[in-house]
Amino acid sequence: MEVKEVLNISADRPSTRMMNVLRRVLNYTLDRWSIFNLLVAGVVSIPPVVVLGYIFVPAGEVWSHLVDTVLREYVLNTLKLMAGVGTGSLIIGVVTAWLCTMYRFPGQRMFEWLLILPMAMPAYIIAYTYTGMFEFAGPVQTYLRESFGWGRGDYWFQEIRSMGGAIVVMSLVLYPYVYLLSRSAFLGQSVCMLEVSRTMGYGRWQGFVSIALPLARPAIVTGLSLVMMETISDYGTVEYFGIPVFTTGIFRTWFGLGDLPSSAQLASLLLIFVFVLVAIERFSRGRARYHHTSTRYRAIPTHHLKGVKAVLGFTVCLIPLSLGFLLPGIQLGVWAVQTAQRMLNEEFIRLVVNTLIVAGSASILTLIIATLMAYGLRVRNLPMLRLAARVATIGYAIPGTVIAVGVFVPFTRLDRTINSRMEATFNISTGLILSGTIFILLFAYLVRFLTISFNTVDAGFARITPSMSDAAQTLGLRAGSRLIRIEVPVIKGSLLTALVLVFIDVMKELPATLILRPFNFNTLAVRAFELASDERLADSAGAALAIVTAGIIPVILLSRAITSSRPGHSGR
Amino acid sequence: MFKRFMIVFLAALMIGGLFLNGMVHAEGVNIYSARKEALIKRLLDRFTQKTGIEVNLVTGKADALLKRLEAEGRLSPADILLTVDAGRLERAKEMGLLQPVYSKVLERHIPSNLRDPSGYWYGLSVRARTIIYAKDRVLPEELSTYEDLASLKWRGRILIRSSSNIYNQSLVASMIEAKGVKKTEEWARAIVRNMARPPKGGDTDQLRAVAAGEGDIAIVNTYYFARLLASGDPQDRAIAEKLAVFWPDQDGRGVHINISGAGVTKSAKNRENAIKLLEFLISNESQRWYAEVNHEYPVRPDVPVSEILRRWGDFRSDSINLAVLGKNNAEAVKLMDRAGWR
Repeated sequence: MEVKEVLNISADRPSTRMMNVLRRVLNYTLDRWSIFNLLVAGVVSIPPVVVLGYIFVPAGEVWSHLVDTVLREYVLNTLKLMAGVGTGSLIIGVVTAWLCTMYRFPGQRMFEWLLILPMAMPAYIIAYTYTGMFEFAGPVQTYLRESFGWGRGDYWFQEIRSMGGAIVVMSLVLYPYVYLLSRSAFLGQSVCMLEVSRTMGYGRWQGFVSIALPLARPAIVTGLSLVMMETISDYGTVEYFGIPVFTTGIFRTWFGLGDLPSSAQLASLLLIFVFVLVAIERFSRGRARYHHTSTRYRAIPTHHLKGVKAVLGFTVCLIPLSLGFLLPGIQLGVWAVQTAQRMLNEEFIRLVVNTLIVAGSASILTLIIATLMAYGLRVRNLPMLRLAARVATIGYAIPGTVIAVGVFVPFTRLDRTINSRMEATFNISTGLILSGTIFILLFAYLVRFLTISFNTVDAGFARITPSMSDAAQTLGLRAGSRLIRIEVPVIKGSLLTALVLVFIDVMKELPATLILRPFNFNTLAVRAFELASDERLADSAGAALAIVTAGIIPVILLSRAITSSRPGHSGR
Repeated sequence: MFKRFMIVFLAALMIGGLFLNGMVHAEGVNIYSARKEALIKRLLDRFTQKTGIEVNLVTGKADALLKRLEAEGRLSPADILLTVDAGRLERAKEMGLLQPVYSKVLERHIPSNLRDPSGYWYGLSVRARTIIYAKDRVLPEELSTYEDLASLKWRGRILIRSSSNIYNQSLVASMIEAKGVKKTEEWARAIVRNMARPPKGGDTDQLRAVAAGEGDIAIVNTYYFARLLASGDPQDRAIAEKLAVFWPDQDGRGVHINISGAGVTKSAKNRENAIKLLEFLISNESQRWYAEVNHEYPVRPDVPVSEILRRWGDFRSDSINLAVLGKNNAEAVKLMDRAGWR
């Protein structure tokens, strides 16, 4: 009673009345979800914004030099690479996903998860490995020359270190993004749609092209955009293959010309590429929505392939698997055995432990934040929040080293501010609290890989009809409980996909880890890269193989979870 | 539940971060190294063994480390910056990230062209960028200078890696110093014309390509060749057997060399330990290690080279002060851009 009186009295004061109005306005437009979203987006977009901020540093003569000499080539090559890798991974990913979902053929159950494995292979490692095998001086060409008595120029052999080679190599390790996302989309589709299409006289192929494919579009595009972003931020492969693209240009400008602002401007230009791509896709989608209204699920009636068709299905799935995983895997295995004595020691175990710990915690952290963000958007889809999410999830397209600069510049500034405040008031020097710790490393992973998590989870949400959640709301469930009790169980497959994708990506992540890690902290990727870039490929094989192996277990778990996550799945 | 979980999770992260931060002791010596861990770690361990001073190490790309040092300012934990070329050390000096140190030991043992005149950085090991040729297709008499590689007789026969590579940038930077921008650019154009293939791969790849007949000569750093010769893999040795070293320009400037080197950072909190470590790195023992294990040339003239290097004989090296490489680096990159050297 007393309290109420106090409140009543104070509410009459003009300043508090203002506050109350403000609070009411805020409550109307921004609930807790939106505030969380804005907050996370604000913090996560600091690094990209720092990079973009360099646009305002006046361009010196370096920039005009770039425009005069190499910029055209960077742009053209980047576009070529994007188009090639995009097409390659789209075809491989969608076709294999469709085959493994709708058909049964020998090995199909295995292919379901085997086809994800190439993802665990870092692109630069497969690039080094393929070069070792197929270059002019490599065993394959040497064997050909010796068996047929050919000399240089007597025969044609695809040069592996070329634009074509880069497209092939990168498609082979990046298609699993498309595969994973389109597969979970195909699995999530209601059979009714396909059955309706069949009663209307569509064959399997027509059903695929005109029903399943368009319905899976958000998921496929999500996968494709991840592929694109990974393509343009790759440095290791293009550098080794000697292809001048944006990333090589960025590092050349920074390292060679010593001009970080110009190189950040190049990076910003790269971001414009991404924004334009995303915008085109959103625009072309228009007002279409992709959830379905039927709630009746049953196991997908699969078609058993027989004879030649079964062999064909098997072969189509085997090709990307063997080229993207088995072949380089075997080569790495051979090297790893050769060098095991030198490279396998106590320290190696510590590398494995370090890697698993950072990958594990980063993927969980990223998943939680991505889920809350995507759900916040579902609860309240304000354009402002959409934009915030877009900006927060741009980090994937920026080369890791550049993102790292965007991370440590603001963090060290914060540390320095804290330090000088503490020194002034308490006469204690706190030093660098955040930078140079595991914390900053995890933050960098969050910035870089939130895109993957967010897009995957968001694509998952897009497939469940809001009416389900609305019904729960009318039954009195609050947003938080709805998320845990309704949405999360339904999109479990997407959540797991997001978790594993980030886990594997963090394991492979190199440039940001390299520059942000604390003293004496090594990961498998760091070790593999250091040895490979020191031209000791065989020595690096053990670490590379460990990354791949560590990726296999979550991949298997994921694949099983995706299969069983399908509503209506009753086990087999 | 989610919220509580997240709070716990974040708190754990923070505490973990602080804990790990606390692990870097104020005592000891902290290194930011552009040199790969495998090429330095054993020496550092030996230092700890001998002196009891603990060494903490982060490796990374040189310029990223420079940027990190710059951002951290006076709070930076780093005491030593280690790089694999003089240009970057000079850049660090210009950015105000290093401090001069004076040490009788360092000054006595390191030749003056291989260290900064005012003591900001010191060379620790030397690498030469020279010509390797296929024994069955090239006579050493046909070779003479770097400049001669521009002549038409080498058309389609030269193998060299990308101009993004710092060793090539340094080579061109040293030529700019000797010949001027215009002459060097003409040279670079001719080299591009004479290339057996567009630049790709690392130095070892160039050697393999020469052995396989894709080209006849390669411009590479010596230790890559030495490593092939000393390799445990018979195939590597078979490749190396087909090749031989040529020291160019022995009547002129001499062979282009660069260093791996180090400087003490401006923010160094363990300055004395840092100087001790530098002195250890040029001790007889460490210099021998550089020679025997890494197949680099010791920076000290009084320390013998490895057996493999000894067989190649002595050579005359370019004696310009290596600080010049840093000064000319940007010009070198632009020049190669203009010449179409990828």
